[in-house]
Amino acid sequence: MGTTVLKSSVSEKGNVEVTSLPDKTGHFGRFGGKFVPETIMPALDQLEKAYLEAKNDPNFIDELEYYLREYVGRPSTLYYAERLTKKLNGAKIYLKREDLNHTGAHKINNTIGQILLAIRMGKKRIIAETGAGQHGVATATAAAMFGIECNVYMGEEDMRRQSLNVFRMKLLGTKVIPVTSGSKTLKDATNEAFRDWMASVIHTHYILGSIVGPHPYPVMVRDFQTVIGKEVKKQILEKENRLPDYLIACVGGGSNSMGLFHPFIGDKEVKMIGVEAGGIGPEIGQHASTLTSGKVGILHGSASYVLQDDDGQTLPVHSISAGLDYPGVGPEHSYLKDIGRAQYFSITDDEAVNAFQECARLEGIIPALEAAHAIAYTMKFAPTLSKEKIIVICLSGSGDKDSFEVARKLGYKF
Amino acid sequence: MNRIDKKFYELKSKKKPAFIPFLTAGDPDLKTTKALILEFEKRGADIIELGIPFSDPIADGPTIQASYYRALVKGVKVAQILDMVSELRKESVIPIVSMVSYSTVYKMGCLNFIEKAIKAGLDGLTIPDLPVEENNEVFELAKNRDFKIVFFVAPTTTDMRMALITEKSQGFLYYISVVGITGVRDKLPDDVMQNINKLKSITNTPIAVGFGVSTPEHARMIGKVADGVIVGSAIINEIEKYSGESTRKLIKYVGELVGKLITGAKG
Repeated sequence: MGTTVLKSSVSEKGNVEVTSLPDKTGHFGRFGGKFVPETIMPALDQLEKAYLEAKNDPNFIDELEYYLREYVGRPSTLYYAERLTKKLNGAKIYLKREDLNHTGAHKINNTIGQILLAIRMGKKRIIAETGAGQHGVATATAAAMFGIECNVYMGEEDMRRQSLNVFRMKLLGTKVIPVTSGSKTLKDATNEAFRDWMASVIHTHYILGSIVGPHPYPVMVRDFQTVIGKEVKKQILEKENRLPDYLIACVGGGSNSMGLFHPFIGDKEVKMIGVEAGGIGPEIGQHASTLTSGKVGILHGSASYVLQDDDGQTLPVHSISAGLDYPGVGPEHSYLKDIGRAQYFSITDDEAVNAFQECARLEGIIPALEAAHAIAYTMKFAPTLSKEKIIVICLSGSGDKDSFEVARKLGYKF
Repeated sequence: MNRIDKKFYELKSKKKPAFIPFLTAGDPDLKTTKALILEFEKRGADIIELGIPFSDPIADGPTIQASYYRALVKGVKVAQILDMVSELRKESVIPIVSMVSYSTVYKMGCLNFIEKAIKAGLDGLTIPDLPVEENNEVFELAKNRDFKIVFFVAPTTTDMRMALITEKSQGFLYYISVVGITGVRDKLPDDVMQNINKLKSITNTPIAVGFGVSTPEHARMIGKVADGVIVGSAIINEIEKYSGESTRKLIKYVGELVGKLITGAKG
């Protein structure tokens, strides 16, 4: 089976209403748009133009498929989690193994796509932001493979939590720039990457890691990630001869979940569930549940649900998972929530850590803490369903990076 | 007539550029902000650019970020800033443009924000993260009320965008002198004069220049070609430097710097 990327963004039973979005100005209904300083507006226009040309260029599609197949190792498997299914005694559970990709997460699907675009645009330098470090590592990897200079912005707090990924990026020849402003996490790393881009925009491409930010990032990153959902569709038809009943994935910015969901949007019988970080409680600063408890606002260049105060100041967030520790979310998720096409729930730190351990013991797979949120929700939900039902979880990344953080949380001494 | 239009009209007849100091509302506190504005007016500043602090300003360098952070940590709220402007209006007629993030305007509601701003005595807004394409609602609301929305042009702005922006900008046009964020710089970019002249050839709207304009000498160079000179980070640095001193001392020293910059600009 080859990889299927970009070719069709609309499913065969396509619901044009949803799948034709964003509109030409980058809006998903009242969400999305481009809210950035004038200095970088021309770069967004250039990027949009380059992307629209590339996605219709057979050479670009071939090149992207080549690297995803030969370098990333796609397609990733869709694995029947037999022991987890038996233990939960409900719906049949499949895991989409994005952890098996080169670099151990789904993030590389996007960074390979964007670096090929950057080369097309003649850009000489790459910058990126990172939270858990997975997007940083995926960007550093692509930059190393293509021999392009790369700088990654990372919050000091995240550098502490994810020191292994910091070292990996350095090994790959990337300069990791610590961010000390604000909360010293993903939000602030994103600010710094934008500030770098304000000054370097002529020669530098900014590889944003999720379906957030100004147009065209939400649509472009989504399209690069839909390889996940397209593969799942083929694989589940081969295995089960029908589509799944539920798709479940974690949502920080929302790229792995949208990559899984989007190819199924037109398939009304397939229900979609996004799982956010519930942290340690419902109070301000204790969680990062943007869709389940945020309000509509503007952050990092687009309108979406966001955690803000009445003056539009960003509120502090918390999650044990650095990749979900973000006060915003992709505008397309906000749209899917509003029209009721997807549902969103939250899972606490403790529930995620429990799922992290369960998955390790039952399946021999240590999942990323981000993906452990999706597994934790499934552990509550699957037992309520009959055995004929099918759930596909996006196992967005490997938990190797989280071993130290979880050990600390469980009080394990090395 | 809007106070900004009136000011540029007066200056045009005197053939002098406007000097526009930037300061953050609430750094070190709102009482000092008000006193500084009065001091700047007394020393001959023409228009005030008043920064409404924002948690995530992507166009701003470390100086203004830190200044916003200091104000926010002290808990300054938009309502208090507008109250301060109302109080100030009892003593001052200096035109005031607020720099505010669209995150704040959107959250409070465009109509609500503009009505409150007008009621408090602001004369216009610059919204650095609201490009011309996304601006229609704010633009229409403001235009109907003779409230000015000042747009930005950057060195990277294409000719097509420049035409769109110059057509819409009200009060004046903010030319960003450098490809980059706000902050003190040693030297102005080489192409700044050329770009200002290009802009002048396509619009009659007054052009004010900011980002990186840091010294009386910079102000003099910009003042020779532009209709307005904006200085931010250099003033914020001075405010921070004297934040530990008495308010009287802070106002005296910052006032002296602004005095020198005005002398430079108006040379």
